[in-house]
Amino acid sequence: MNETPESTVLDPTAAPATADAVGGVEAADDGPGVLETRSMDVFYGDFKAVADVSMSFTFNEISALIGPSGCGKSTVLRSLNRMNDLIPTARVDGEVRYHGTNIYAGDVDPVEIRRRIGMVFQKPNPFPKSIFDNIAWGAKINGFKGSKSDMKDLVQGALEQAALWDEVKDKLTESGLSLSGGQQQRLCIARAIAVQPDVILMDEPCSALDPIATLRIEELMLELKENYSIIIVTHNMQQAARVSDRTAFFNVELDTTGQRTGHLVEFSPTDVLFTTPKEKATEDYITGRFG
Amino acid sequence: MTSETGVHDATMAEQLKRRNRPFERVIVGSLFISGAISIAVTIGILWELGSESLLFFREDEVSLGKFFTSTVWQPQAGEFGIWPLILGTLLITVIALLVAVPIGLSAAIYLSEYASPRVRGFFKPVLEILVGIPTVVFGFFAITFMTPLLRSIFGESVVGFFNVLSAGIVVGLLIVPLISSLAEDAMAAVPNSLRQAAYGLGASRLEVSLRVVVPAALSGIAAGIVIGMSRAVGETMVVTLASGAAPRNFDLAADPVFGYVLNPFQGAQTMTGYIAITASGDISYDTIDYNSIFAIGLTLFLMTLGLNSLSRRIVKRYRQEYD
Repeated sequence: MNETPESTVLDPTAAPATADAVGGVEAADDGPGVLETRSMDVFYGDFKAVADVSMSFTFNEISALIGPSGCGKSTVLRSLNRMNDLIPTARVDGEVRYHGTNIYAGDVDPVEIRRRIGMVFQKPNPFPKSIFDNIAWGAKINGFKGSKSDMKDLVQGALEQAALWDEVKDKLTESGLSLSGGQQQRLCIARAIAVQPDVILMDEPCSALDPIATLRIEELMLELKENYSIIIVTHNMQQAARVSDRTAFFNVELDTTGQRTGHLVEFSPTDVLFTTPKEKATEDYITGRFG
Repeated sequence: MTSETGVHDATMAEQLKRRNRPFERVIVGSLFISGAISIAVTIGILWELGSESLLFFREDEVSLGKFFTSTVWQPQAGEFGIWPLILGTLLITVIALLVAVPIGLSAAIYLSEYASPRVRGFFKPVLEILVGIPTVVFGFFAITFMTPLLRSIFGESVVGFFNVLSAGIVVGLLIVPLISSLAEDAMAAVPNSLRQAAYGLGASRLEVSLRVVVPAALSGIAAGIVIGMSRAVGETMVVTLASGAAPRNFDLAADPVFGYVLNPFQGAQTMTGYIAITASGDISYDTIDYNSIFAIGLTLFLMTLGLNSLSRRIVKRYRQEYD
């Protein structure tokens, strides 16, 4: 998809780039997902943080990654759009395929990957700029060529998709930091949407929010999955059960040298994982026997 | 120690009594005195500059109006207009900033955003050592290296032995470490979450540096530049050695602006240069020439004071709160 990404993807008047892709994936229901890991190991220096993760993510789905602290779920998430590159010692073995291309291949530009696979962080991190500029920034650096009114449409569209427009439409010039925590997080989601990715990674997006703000974000995720593939790390099992279609349980194991390495225990439809897990470890975790 | 709740325990009441801590009072007192000393010194300097300047302005040959309007500084002829000296100072300051701001900011961006921890661990201390090099060494560098270099590039007929350009460039190099160090501190204080947000949107490293980190650190960077500027305005040794001891008297109506008034290839005495030479020369105490240096000193003091309060206002005005 996206033979000419700069011109089509960033044109706010065009249908979301994801629409075509969604159709394509639906047609090939059992084919490979939009994002797929194959025997992925992640290292920090000599330390193997996660071993042998193979999983596949598809459109119109929310996938949740759960597991005890230190099981590597955030590490896995950050490996999916090469955010781990920012940690100098991090290294990934195996493959992560995005629309069939290994994103760790030598000739792949991580900047292009991150534009297509967006990210929302644990703590809301709006830029110290106006609400408008927070949204417009990503489009601008990605070569937005439209007119001023195109940009307005883009900003409004992103804020509407993030269910924030009604709350901020009269104060677009105010600082993004003037918003409440939950609004800031929705602003960050809007900012991620505005560069029109097709996958959105969320790293515990509600852990800094109160229950009401959390609920709004969860509702938003359910709306967004119509157009995107969403992968969320959460330490909240109820949240995983509420929003996700499929859930991956990660666990951590001490190896013979005393290293704690995370691995994928099972990745199943959420209702299956929470009612009839295949693995004993999963059952122990979801019933609260450890973790 | 333990007692039933509700029962008055005399020993506990004793233990809870406020204690006298005489040692702490001594410490707090001495801390206050240390703080007060710097204020007292500032007031003392102002007092001295003010009272001596008053002596100067009382002289018949001098008037306050002429001091601040005349463009001729010629003590021998009784002409005391400060503009030629301000001109020298400003020329050198502007050249210094043209050199120091691009280099200093580039160095800061490199150190903060690009350099590996090892490279940074090497460069930062080196930069900070540069700050400590005596300025007279820089002055020698100006007259033995920079001036000959400029004269060989532009021609000896164009570039005088004493010239503003050489002094300005070297003063610029002198304040590079100051600006880069302060700017780097400001950029390092920008939270990583902002960088991650930008990277997550598909920003390249240069975009993250120039369009997220620098704007977020702008108040600190601007303050660093203004502090560098005050340093350039107050710099004495380099300009005395490299820019000569002749005030550039000018007449805006008659002299060509770029050919003469702003010409960087010829010398011009600065305010600090005049003070240094006059104070160390054989002019006797209590003459009009001698008293004039206090008036210049007061002007200089007010200029740097203005710059420093400007930097405080910039910091306040442009401070971006991160969260």
